[in-house]
Amino acid sequence: MDGYDWQVIPNNLQFLMHGLFTTFQLALVAISGGLLLGILVGMARLSSIRIIYYPATAFVNVMRSLPLILVIFWFYFLVPLMAGRPMGDFFSACVAFVVFEAAYFAEIVRAGIQSISTGQMQAAYSTGFNYRDTMRYIIIPQALRNMVPSLLTQAVVVFQDTSLAYVIGLKEFLRSASIVDAREMRSVELYAFVGAVYFLICFAMSKFSKKLEAKRGHA
Amino acid sequence: MLSYNFNWSIIWTAPYGQWMLEGLWVTIRLGLICWFIALALGIIIGTFRVTPFRPLRVFGAVYTEIFRDIPLLVQLFFWYFAAPSILPKSIEMWLYRGLPNSEFWIVVVGLSIYTSSRIAEHIRAGMQSISQDQYHAALSTGFTHFQTYRYIIIPYAVRIMMPPLTAECLTVFKNTALAMTVGVLETTFMSQQIEAYTFQGIEATTAASLIYMGISLSVVLIMGFVERRLAVPGLITRAGGR
Repeated sequence: MDGYDWQVIPNNLQFLMHGLFTTFQLALVAISGGLLLGILVGMARLSSIRIIYYPATAFVNVMRSLPLILVIFWFYFLVPLMAGRPMGDFFSACVAFVVFEAAYFAEIVRAGIQSISTGQMQAAYSTGFNYRDTMRYIIIPQALRNMVPSLLTQAVVVFQDTSLAYVIGLKEFLRSASIVDAREMRSVELYAFVGAVYFLICFAMSKFSKKLEAKRGHA
Repeated sequence: MLSYNFNWSIIWTAPYGQWMLEGLWVTIRLGLICWFIALALGIIIGTFRVTPFRPLRVFGAVYTEIFRDIPLLVQLFFWYFAAPSILPKSIEMWLYRGLPNSEFWIVVVGLSIYTSSRIAEHIRAGMQSISQDQYHAALSTGFTHFQTYRYIIIPYAVRIMMPPLTAECLTVFKNTALAMTVGVLETTFMSQQIEAYTFQGIEATTAASLIYMGISLSVVLIMGFVERRLAVPGLITRAGGR
């Protein structure tokens, strides 16, 4: 066994950090877009109108039974077909993540909305609010506050999931490390480094979300 | 829209139809092996986390935090590309040259450990939800700590944990798709190989999607059956129907 050469990390730091930056960009798009679409789908899952409820339920159940990799491939094929021209790895990865994570966010949102008592809804209606305003000003803000710990946990999951964009060749953090590895043959050092960086970020985020949850428990 | 010529027969014509079936078989084997190893490991680690013995608790906590907070794909790459070179040269050679299907077994290691850390969290939560009186009653009846866990706590906890375990079982089968990145010829790998040979990506990916949906449905049905068989009448019921 030859010795380790950790110098490979500082030597390629700029390239690796560029990959990490792409990972953050993708995670940001996936979390914000997924949450936004997830709120809509989550509300649709609670609708009493059948043509809204059934498609939303079908969407959530299908998405949750497929591996993320497959969904990434789906949009890798579909996005250029729908757009009519090649759109690039990053764009199709963004679409895939927003659509896929929306299904998971939708379930969190649905549970959050269901945790708000129906009295709130009735009170809002009797004050003269319509459905849209009730949701917009009364239910969603309270529900979101209840959902914060679950949403943070899911955000950590999404952040980890972005590593799967590797499969379509997107130069995110993991792909950057594997490119450096192909040139430098330093697998142990590189993958240990990637693992450590992911660990620090995710550990900090999940500790933060646990702290929030504990605080809510006392309130 | 760009033009795309559908040719659905690609899914069942030779040799592509057979590729998909071979992929399905690998997915099922990989999923089942990892599920049972992860379940056993997860129960052990989860139990560690609630024992009165501090070093075991610390070990359990470190184990779950490390394997839960690193993406599965990064872990697989570590096990596949980096870990063998840490081992003695002879074992490394055996892994790469001697062991047939070594990538399959390396994924078994990675996916089982990753899943066990998630299962351990569910087990811990389940055991903590069991009233302290059960422990005291068991201990005062003369059970040892081991017997208390083996005969009283774990059988209860596993029942309470059935719904999250069902979700975890679904996740294992979905996560087997990541094995394609290290060259295991499972369902997703096969579908992408058909795409590479025929350019019929939509058909091949549809076939793979249907396979995963079928697997998910089967898991839900089987776990539902197990849950009904294990249920203790009047004692523990699932909160709310699904």
